[in-house]
Amino acid sequence: MTKRLCIHGLAIAGLLASAAVPASAADTITVASWGGTYQEAQTKAFFDPTAKDLGITIKQDTTNGLDDVRLQVTGNAVKWDITELGADECARGSKEGLFEKLDYSVIDRTGINPKLVHDDWVGISYTSVVLIYRTDVFGDKGPKTWADFWDVQKFPGRRALSGSQATETLSVAALAKGIPIDKVYPVDIDGALQSVDKVKGHIDAWWTSGAQAMQLVKDGEVDMASIWNGRAGTLKKSGAPVSFSFDQGVLTADCMVIPKGSKNKDIAMKALAKFVSPDLQANLPLYVDNGPANEKAFETGKIPQDRIKDINSSPENVKKQVLQDPAFWRDTLVEATEKFNNLIQQ
Amino acid sequence: MSIASASLNHAGRPDHALNGDALNADARREARGMLALLSPGLFLVFAVIIVPIGWLFWLSLFDENGQLSAANYARFFEQASYIKTFVTTFRVAFTVTGACVLLGYPLAYMLSQLPRRAASICLIFVILPFWTSVLVRTYAWLVILQRKGLVNTWLMDLGVIGQPLPLANNFAGVVIGMTHIMLPFLVLPLYASMKTIDVDCLRASMNLGASPAATFRQIFFPLSLPGLASGLVIVFVLCLGFFVTPALMGGGKVIMWAMRMEQTTSLYSNWGAGAALGVVLLAVTLALLGLFHWLLGTRATGVWSQR
Repeated sequence: MTKRLCIHGLAIAGLLASAAVPASAADTITVASWGGTYQEAQTKAFFDPTAKDLGITIKQDTTNGLDDVRLQVTGNAVKWDITELGADECARGSKEGLFEKLDYSVIDRTGINPKLVHDDWVGISYTSVVLIYRTDVFGDKGPKTWADFWDVQKFPGRRALSGSQATETLSVAALAKGIPIDKVYPVDIDGALQSVDKVKGHIDAWWTSGAQAMQLVKDGEVDMASIWNGRAGTLKKSGAPVSFSFDQGVLTADCMVIPKGSKNKDIAMKALAKFVSPDLQANLPLYVDNGPANEKAFETGKIPQDRIKDINSSPENVKKQVLQDPAFWRDTLVEATEKFNNLIQQ
Repeated sequence: MSIASASLNHAGRPDHALNGDALNADARREARGMLALLSPGLFLVFAVIIVPIGWLFWLSLFDENGQLSAANYARFFEQASYIKTFVTTFRVAFTVTGACVLLGYPLAYMLSQLPRRAASICLIFVILPFWTSVLVRTYAWLVILQRKGLVNTWLMDLGVIGQPLPLANNFAGVVIGMTHIMLPFLVLPLYASMKTIDVDCLRASMNLGASPAATFRQIFFPLSLPGLASGLVIVFVLCLGFFVTPALMGGGKVIMWAMRMEQTTSLYSNWGAGAALGVVLLAVTLALLGLFHWLLGTRATGVWSQR
């Protein structure tokens, strides 16, 4: 409900902003993303420089995810030329045929992990799922690995995991069993579910949004949790007594697509090529904790050295984490999510 | 057909034989006129209620490949979590309705007995939170009830409890938050119905020797039942479709039907998966309304039309 209200607000703001800049309809494209600080960062990092470079107007909107794209495409009312999605949503939407093919003679894919380069979608940024704990409870001897998180004897305390992102919770559950980070995928779903089963009696909240995860940790409702690195970073910056690292994090990618039936496909392609170029990708971590999808961004020299260590997709940090495989979840998500729900729901 | 029914009237009521035809024609003309006057309303009901619900039902019959199938409904039995969600939804709705009655009836009774001016001032306090955003009120409850929230901090400082009470992120939290939001929906119709109770009836009862308690039990309470029934039905039905409060106060442990609907809609590629949940909720709600109607007579469901 808040999200919708927020979207309306943003949409109106977007309309007002776009009304102020006169441009012919042909060189205007609409890009949708998640809103909030993330989209503000994208505006500064990607949208504004691209609009200036190509001499076009980029209107903005916000999305709730794959449902919105599905609604527009199946209803023949496509209003977005580019939209952001989670990588597993891109993989699923691709299977449903919701996106236009991308032209890799226009878009340069070098530097982007091949797992995130597909016929009709391409990676744009990374979020990590990390383990956060409160230092006022554990000092600096808090749980460092997911096996620690699962160890309720050694680390007594209140816990929260994601209840809405089955993919992420199953990934950390696999890590908790001691599976090395390069062997997590393909996830043994039944094994991971058994692992969840072991800890579920000690979970005090299953969060369903990033804001909720943050609130639970901030207010001391839980002592440790899985959380997105952007939220964890915000907590730490706000002075909350928390600690987290990228060790055993789960890297999940976001991607961008051109919804099928976009009226400005060609300009959208050029804009998308700019968004994933190392030069603009390097701008993103200057404004937000989500790392660039294009690793060549780290070679541009734009990102200060002391900032690189805090970025989840820096070559150093990538080595410590599991890369969530969108193709795997494309085929297993529905079944895994239903089983996961059956398990966690009391 | 009209000729046949006209002649039947002839046979059935010979007294009206003389002007029967004229009267029947008049009645038919009036019926047509009424229908014509009603038609904009009927069209609106058809366009904004019947068509979308029919469409929802239609969508729920198709699986992910666009084939006609019962897969969307079979899922409720194959996956245990749907039944659990369903049971949880009704448990919450019943508990909240019960809590609203326990709190709301005495409140409405007090309001109805107060002098007019005092009652209207008190009513403002019932209505004021009603105008505040549900989201704001839910977050406020979270701040008050959570482990390091106001209630637990105070109780622990006073030494009443040693460990924080689990008041948020569970069933209790959902019930407290929802009861607060639902209370006006019970109090307002109940208060309105209590105000219409004729004081003379109560005086007569006492005049005949009944004690105040007996008067309340035998006269006031039965007369307040229509308002109570209508408030109860409104609260119960609204509870069944609640989203925000259980999502925030339940800590992911209390999943209600509307939350599952949102999840299912984004999980499955066909709208039918989510639509089927909507159809089931609608069918069960209608069945329950029918049951209330049968149990409580038109008092419950028809109370608005009486006003």
